[in-house]
Amino acid sequence: MVRYLTRRFVYMFVALFIIISVTFFISKLLPGSPFADPKLTPEVRDQLFEKYGLDEPVYVQYLKYMGNVLQGDLGNSFFFESRPVMQMILTRLPVSMFIGIQAVIFGLILGMVLGTIAALRHNTLWDTLAVVVAIIGVSVPTFVLGPVLQYWLGLKLGLFPIAFFDSYIYSIMPSLALSVFVISTVARFIRTEMLEVMGQDYITLAKAKGLSGLAVIVRHVLRNAMIPLVTVMAPLTIYLITGSLVVEQIFVVPGIGEQFVQSVVVSDYSMILGTTIFFSVMFILALLIQDILYGIIDPRIRVAGAKE
Amino acid sequence: MNGDNVLEVRDLRISFSTYAGEVQAVRGTTFELRRGETLAIVGESGSGKSVAARSIMRLNPDANTIVRGGEILFEDNDLLKLSEKRMQRIRGPKIAMVFQDPMTSLDPTMRVGRQIMEALKKHLGMSGRRATERAVELLDMVGIPNAEARVRQYPHQFSGGMRQRVVIAIALACDPQIFIADEPTTALDVTIQAQILELLRDLQERIGSSVILITHDLGVVASVADRVAVMYSGKVIETGTVREIFYQPKMPYTWGLLASIPLPTADRSQELIPIPGSPPDALDPPKGCPFTARCQYAMKVCAEEMPAYTRFSAEHEAACWLHHDMAPNVEPPAQIGGHR
Amino acid sequence: METQDRQLDPGLFKPAEIDQQEGEKIAGPPVSFWKDSWIRLQKNRGALISLAVVVFLFAMAFIIGPLVSPHSPYYQNLANRYLGPTSEFWFGTDKFGRDMWTRVWAGTRVSLYIGLLAALLDIFVGVVYGAISGFLGGRTDDVMQRGIEILNGVPYLIVAILAMVVFEPGILTITIALGLTGWTFMARIVRGRMMQLKNQEFALASRSLGASGLRVVWKHLIPNSLGLIVINLMFTIPSAIFAEAFLSFIGLGIQVPEASLGSLISDGAAELRFHPGLLWFPSAIFCLLMICFNLLGDGLRDALDPKMRK
Repeated sequence: MVRYLTRRFVYMFVALFIIISVTFFISKLLPGSPFADPKLTPEVRDQLFEKYGLDEPVYVQYLKYMGNVLQGDLGNSFFFESRPVMQMILTRLPVSMFIGIQAVIFGLILGMVLGTIAALRHNTLWDTLAVVVAIIGVSVPTFVLGPVLQYWLGLKLGLFPIAFFDSYIYSIMPSLALSVFVISTVARFIRTEMLEVMGQDYITLAKAKGLSGLAVIVRHVLRNAMIPLVTVMAPLTIYLITGSLVVEQIFVVPGIGEQFVQSVVVSDYSMILGTTIFFSVMFILALLIQDILYGIIDPRIRVAGAKE
Repeated sequence: MNGDNVLEVRDLRISFSTYAGEVQAVRGTTFELRRGETLAIVGESGSGKSVAARSIMRLNPDANTIVRGGEILFEDNDLLKLSEKRMQRIRGPKIAMVFQDPMTSLDPTMRVGRQIMEALKKHLGMSGRRATERAVELLDMVGIPNAEARVRQYPHQFSGGMRQRVVIAIALACDPQIFIADEPTTALDVTIQAQILELLRDLQERIGSSVILITHDLGVVASVADRVAVMYSGKVIETGTVREIFYQPKMPYTWGLLASIPLPTADRSQELIPIPGSPPDALDPPKGCPFTARCQYAMKVCAEEMPAYTRFSAEHEAACWLHHDMAPNVEPPAQIGGHR
Repeated sequence: METQDRQLDPGLFKPAEIDQQEGEKIAGPPVSFWKDSWIRLQKNRGALISLAVVVFLFAMAFIIGPLVSPHSPYYQNLANRYLGPTSEFWFGTDKFGRDMWTRVWAGTRVSLYIGLLAALLDIFVGVVYGAISGFLGGRTDDVMQRGIEILNGVPYLIVAILAMVVFEPGILTITIALGLTGWTFMARIVRGRMMQLKNQEFALASRSLGASGLRVVWKHLIPNSLGLIVINLMFTIPSAIFAEAFLSFIGLGIQVPEASLGSLISDGAAELRFHPGLLWFPSAIFCLLMICFNLLGDGLRDALDPKMRK
């Protein structure tokens, strides 16, 4: 297992390395220079170029860039000149994480309940209902759901505030909007896994031992069905990242997503690339954590199989 | 219920509803299990033997199982009519079962000891420490070396034969009166097979339970069974003691089964006689004797009506039109007359 | 256990004419894998309805919608702004007085085009990549898989955004953006299937009869993966449509005056307070598309999955 982990670590670094390099080269491809403003005189431009190191040969820039990134320095925002990208990201990170984690917790709980009910009442009305709800939840994108929620829960019913982020209650609608997808994905997943487990021989054996239905479900079915749930972690992380872009726009929440979209609109290349790297790191970390967790939870991986 | 019998299955009829229609898996099966004996239920795949056995413990999937008729009598109760709660009290302490594939019979995420202890705690009310001790004892009893250490291991750390022993240990945990083994050795190597059968016989003597052994392997039957019931297409067509079935079989199907076993001592010039064809479709079973289409002695009446049982001795009976007064006299084929 | 005391006709005890074939008959008409799956699919009403709706939407977007209405999706008439549904403008008009009906269907056309494109990419790049990787195995497979892992290291949509930033936004760019990483999932699935199948007996049998690798892949392995491929397509299409809509929503996709469902939804969301109709119509069509593809995909998966057979 240790060997497995080291391999994963190595791949992670290689992948990150390549991604960072690619973003660097993309930045060189970007049309126009950040200082294309005609009001700038050539001298000022040269000074700026020098300040940002843009006058040096490409490979030197590359090495410097790589070195910086590895130290956590993503450069400075071109738009907000004196502010380091990393700092800007970190300032906004807590907000996005809060909304995201809240969405996941809520989604996991509700999703597991829904999925379990569907599996236990397979082929009945409850099952069909749950599946339909789940499919709708997966199909209606956040950028449709968000405004819809704003309209119904916010405007018409006045239950929650629909924009900005002044206190806790402002986080409810954004989290709600994000959680719908989570609920649906988790529900479908749990349902499929449970149905598969329930058809296994060892469940019949458990019943043959005279265990009550509840004991069989809790101690055998659920435990086995939940293990693969860990593999949902990585896709969910992606979803949260991209979902935040949308949700923060709609609900005007000052998070990383909103910042990223803004940077795209104003062509703040340094910010764009910096945030991209940040997102990639988050995602790859999630993948790594997922692999580790899986190895810990599944005894077949954790404990090496030894024949007698 | 007859005092000698610990279990009586009468005219059991079980069907499954599938998207293709109703599959009649068991169509009127009757047999008894006597106290302390080993009854072997023999038949091809699809004969309904597994379904019948699971019905005794009501382990067939609720969703699409239909009980079309019959009774299963145990301790003055009809098991088919008991509530689920009462069945849960019977499964384990009174009737226990061992399944065919040891690789999938155990929960892969739970330690082996705990899987044994579940039954102990629920039915015998044992506490943690006592239960662990007992689990170790059981593992020892089924022949697993180093039981103390192995009780904390996971199923994937055991080989197939060892896993089957664990499954047997689980089944024995509460000293059941009836022990049902559904093809317990089919998925194992021949050498392991012998060990497991030996183990079963041993345990049966020690604990004194009555055993139903389901198998398609006549060799297994010969080595461990006291009595045999032959099933075909959902019906029991012949029952008798082991000697009676092997030396004086009365039905063409049984003849066919015996004749198709290759024996190392047999004269090589004699051909193996396989039984041609396949069993009838359970979706649309024939109205007469189900073996008619494959039977070389078939008569017109065979296709029309199911024959009645003819009794040949206290234990031996068979259902075949050949035993009717008006039927021609037929001798079983040479291969099995006077075998061994 | 009746006794034999009924009088039976002695004629019944003559030997029966036994048709040897009867014994060999396998009950029920032989049903091929595909036919069986089709039967199973038909039982899933949700999937069938979805199929019908998808076909309907295709027809509406490409044929019926534009034919039926006299308006153009670009024509602006400020006198007609913000009209609700009327007999002349069935879906109403937007803030420039453009007819929503034609705009919505134009948008649907774009979305469906993207979906089809993604599907084609899936097939031509994803399947081939996965088949090669899975079949050849060993080092080649390792390298190819690492390649995918790296491509996947950056979230799909972020890649698309980057592409849109580097190149001019527009339909072609979206195509490139989605094409860069959209096929990786299919490649993974096909690879997994290849690895499963290539060691199964029928493949080995074929090879032992002298079939070359290519022949084995083409004639045996791929047909056996078709089910999986079709199912996966049913999920890539909505995912691509979603991606495009997402990009358009944050302003990086289709630019004015063109329309896609995503940009229409984005515009509609901005007008939510006073003119919610501008949001409802494109949203409804969009969600309908997504739901139907998902249902269809689910239904196909149930129908084609051999494990679900009883």
